[in-house]
Amino acid sequence: MVDKVLSKLRIVYTILIFIFLYAPIIVLIVFSFNDSKSRASWDGFTLKWYVSLFKDRHIMKALYYTLTIAILSSIIATIVGTFAALGIHNMKPIKKKIILGINNVPVVNPDLITGISLMALFIFLKIPLGFVTMLIAHVTFNIPYVILAVLPKLRQIPKEIMEAALDLGATPMYAIRKVLIPQIMPGIVTGLLMAFTLSIDDFVISFFTTGHGVTNLSITIYSMARRGIKPEINALSTLLFLSVLILLLIINFRSSKDEKRREVL
Amino acid sequence: MNNKLKIIVLSIVMTIMLVNFSGCSGDDRVQLNVYNWGDYIDKTVLDDFEQEYNIAVNYEEFTTNEDMYIKLKQGGTNYDVAIPSDYMIEKMIKEDMLEKIDFNNITNYKEIDDKFKDLVFDPKNEYSVPYLWGTVGIVYNSEVIKEDIDSWDVLWDEKYKGQILMLDSSRDSIGIALKKLGYSFNSKNKDQLEQAKQELIKQRPLVLAYVIDEGKDKMLSGEASIGVFWSGDAMLLADENPNLKYVVPKEGSNLWFDSMIIPKGSKHKKEAELFINYMTGKDIAKKTADYIMYYTPNAETEKMLDIVYPTFEELKDCEIFRDPGDFVEQYDRIWTEVLAR
Repeated sequence: MVDKVLSKLRIVYTILIFIFLYAPIIVLIVFSFNDSKSRASWDGFTLKWYVSLFKDRHIMKALYYTLTIAILSSIIATIVGTFAALGIHNMKPIKKKIILGINNVPVVNPDLITGISLMALFIFLKIPLGFVTMLIAHVTFNIPYVILAVLPKLRQIPKEIMEAALDLGATPMYAIRKVLIPQIMPGIVTGLLMAFTLSIDDFVISFFTTGHGVTNLSITIYSMARRGIKPEINALSTLLFLSVLILLLIINFRSSKDEKRREVL
Repeated sequence: MNNKLKIIVLSIVMTIMLVNFSGCSGDDRVQLNVYNWGDYIDKTVLDDFEQEYNIAVNYEEFTTNEDMYIKLKQGGTNYDVAIPSDYMIEKMIKEDMLEKIDFNNITNYKEIDDKFKDLVFDPKNEYSVPYLWGTVGIVYNSEVIKEDIDSWDVLWDEKYKGQILMLDSSRDSIGIALKKLGYSFNSKNKDQLEQAKQELIKQRPLVLAYVIDEGKDKMLSGEASIGVFWSGDAMLLADENPNLKYVVPKEGSNLWFDSMIIPKGSKHKKEAELFINYMTGKDIAKKTADYIMYYTPNAETEKMLDIVYPTFEELKDCEIFRDPGDFVEQYDRIWTEVLAR
């Protein structure tokens, strides 16, 4: 009896949490079809914001730069960060502590400091601000997060696995590729996704390290603050949210299929 | 699975690289870098300009005058045209960050209303051409508030407790308190500022929220019935709901300008002047005014619009923000003390 009540409560609690998490996104999706500029009153259904979104060259360009920078910077940061994590994992304890300390500085450092110092560095090195500098900046702040995502996975692997692989005649590189990497894959994927979202989100660092007409969505959206966010942005956010959702569903669907296949075997 | 993934990732990276490098290098037109507020231009105007003069416009946006200042001060990008506000232009002139504009190339300048020439931030009219202007005033919902509003005092009226919006901006809010007391918007007098602080602290329990952009929604939804707004936002609000009226209080208020300037070190000064001239002309100025709904400084454009602009008489007690220099810290300190209560 008590169990029944408890399980009911659990379901209610879960539903409440989900409502709390998703209510803002649902409101945003609903208002992306609203026939007025307001975010306060409902004036009927329209698709015009989606039409004008795709006509708005400026927002489209910003979207293109956002995704390009996010994809490139997260891939580069994941490769660099994974190898860095491998190195750190095999260090002596004292060295490890120092390096991890250095690694954590950018994580806790305010964005503003990171952004302005990077800008100063690029100007000092006479690199013209633009796409390349923004990409370097994004890679820079993504790497520590990848390292933090990969290291715990490395700790879970018994040391003997690598030794066994080497004893069985694998070259070190082959062992890393075929034995180690598959084992820490979940950590790498977590790091990659985290880097990707951080890159899409970032405003401050992007603002200070960009130039020559290169702009991303965060800069575009933040700079609308004085005049009000255009409804096209609601439409864009809806599309982005749905793309991510579909992507996650596909990934989940595939991995559950994989598990089923393994069970059969 | 790994090989497949690798091929996919590689192909994505390659395509992006290709698109990028081909996209940038194929343009041998002059690249004009323009730096403006977000959503502050009718983008079709940029396309027309590119068509007409065969100049490519790299258009970038900023959020606040201070952000823009840091980017310009640091260098590293060569902006050819930027559109900051009055007090920031004054500061940049002081710091020798602007090029003198050759007004022989700004033939449309004659269309600018005379009352917008020789303004305090650019007294000899050497560095800037006005782009848009406006005032700060009170928007109120005439359905809820039946009395005639003509003074800042109404924002301290107990009757409207919990329905009042103030701007989350130290200079605007302190300025309003100063004006209410009969002092200057730009006062640096310690006693006057102390009194203004006390006024704002006294007002705190009556205020629903200190806002910038979200204030518009609060007015439209009826959550707030009176608030401080920029004239441009007031017009947007009246467009959505005709009961939302705008008034510039009789004690006077803030008059603001966003003007076009050429930063020092611009490599395309000629093209920059071409652009400024283009934006100043009456037809383009009308497109700008129609899209943004702020006041245009072009007298010819004003005649084409069916909006009634404030007269010179109404504006005579309005002041332009002056660059406070280091004094800005005092404003920030007072504002923090007000909000911390």
